Amino acid sequence: MKRYVIVGGGIAGLSAAEALREHDPGGEITLVGAEPHPFYSRPGLAYLLAGAIPERQLAIREPGELRDLALERIFAEAVRIDLGARDVILAGGRRVRWDRLLLCTGSAAVAPDLPGADLDGVVTLDGLDDARAILARARRTREAVVVGGGPTAIELAEGLRARGLRVHYLLRGGRYWSAILDPVESHIIEDGLRAAGIAVHPHARVERAVGADGRLTAVEVAGLGRLPCDLLAVAVGVRPRVELARAAGLAVERGVVVDGELRTSAPDVFAAGDVAEARDPETGAGRLDVLWSSAREQGRVAGMAMAGAAPEWRRRPSLNVTRLGGVTIAIAGSVGPGAGAGDEDDLITIARGDSEWWRAVAGAETLHAGRERATRVRAVLGARAVVGAVVLGDAAASRALVRLVRDRVDLGALRPALERRGADAVQRLIELGDRAGGADARGA
Amino acid sequence: MARRALERADPDELLGRYRLLAGACVAPEAERCVQCGICAYNCPLGVDVRAYARRGWPVLERRCLSCGECVRRCPRDALRFAPLPGGGA
Repeated sequence: MKRYVIVGGGIAGLSAAEALREHDPGGEITLVGAEPHPFYSRPGLAYLLAGAIPERQLAIREPGELRDLALERIFAEAVRIDLGARDVILAGGRRVRWDRLLLCTGSAAVAPDLPGADLDGVVTLDGLDDARAILARARRTREAVVVGGGPTAIELAEGLRARGLRVHYLLRGGRYWSAILDPVESHIIEDGLRAAGIAVHPHARVERAVGADGRLTAVEVAGLGRLPCDLLAVAVGVRPRVELARAAGLAVERGVVVDGELRTSAPDVFAAGDVAEARDPETGAGRLDVLWSSAREQGRVAGMAMAGAAPEWRRRPSLNVTRLGGVTIAIAGSVGPGAGAGDEDDLITIARGDSEWWRAVAGAETLHAGRERATRVRAVLGARAVVGAVVLGDAAASRALVRLVRDRVDLGALRPALERRGADAVQRLIELGDRAGGADARGA
Repeated sequence: MARRALERADPDELLGRYRLLAGACVAPEAERCVQCGICAYNCPLGVDVRAYARRGWPVLERRCLSCGECVRRCPRDALRFAPLPGGGA
């Protein structure tokens, strides 16, 4: 009987445990993680903050499902991996033996780097405990400042606003998430935030947090002066939690280096989710992917590989669909570096809800359509297929475009006709995606 | 909650919806689902929509009223009404 040990209780770990149980019904599965909570939806924390769901709703498995999984959960921190003895050593000294080990330790918010960052009232958002603490603080707070970029900064701003706080969202550069979005997309989202009552300030750099008796009272902002606040929420990016892997001597760059089956440099040790750094087969560049859907998929593939089932896996184009500024936005495939790359960025690392695979294509042809009523489509064309898409608003267009990207639908004779046709060309693509979807439904 | 959803609806839209629903159901796209549970939380009949959504299974529940609350509230556009599998609608 094989002993499988998973370190990390996020979606990659759960997904791996489920794949292991499916492919090795008799295996012994142990999951080690310091977070003392039932498995929960990390993206759901945004909706907990906004008050759309109560905390109990975040639990993602029923007790019966967990019983069937027959998983031993150990709520403790893993402090060391002994590759020779094949043990994970827990805080307190307990050793857990493994035949196959999976590291899915996730990523952690980068701490704010500004004077006054240690004041009580300066917060970041990683997990459920952070969300609880932010909500507790929001109940006795009136003014909040949010800095940073990517989805998490907006989730914080919108959540705090929904709780009745006055919220200032400060951007260092001229617009939101310029590394991924183009100016029209950024402005649609900023307009949505303003419509929700959030004060959005471009070109506003926090110089220091100031306080009294250890508690935050204001931030000083270049160009804006002093903004009184009791809460400063910082979302400037995340870093993979690589410490365990690095100390064990595994190959680590920014993340734990993995091959196509999520194997690390050590035999029988795998990594999946935010912590894993995959290699782009075309360029050789390392790529981080900090997305729920990717972590879920990687966990499943790693679980299958650990159980000895050939996963026959082809990485899917990275996809995130989320709501920012009241607008649903889908980002899929390779959309190229944002036009604002080089603009002053609000992120110092990758954001949660972001993928480096999105930046993989440069110089491809791009089609745009729609600027009204918060609906906009951007399609990035490769030689034969749509390689990336950004769709705001329109759910039907989003489905059609994402389908074209995901299934790498060959554009065939349509491809030359798409050049220089603007909105009309985008409409042709949407119709093509719809037809591909119709074929899916009939085949289902 | 079910009654409120019905009262809010436009009669023409409702009629169109019921024609559609004769051969349709709520169909999830698992890849978009982040299992946040907003769908299940807002279901007036207590259907665990999330359990279907994360597997990508159509919500074939006799209790489903097709009121559309889950479809409307999903923040990731993971749900829609689609023809019943094999229904040919």
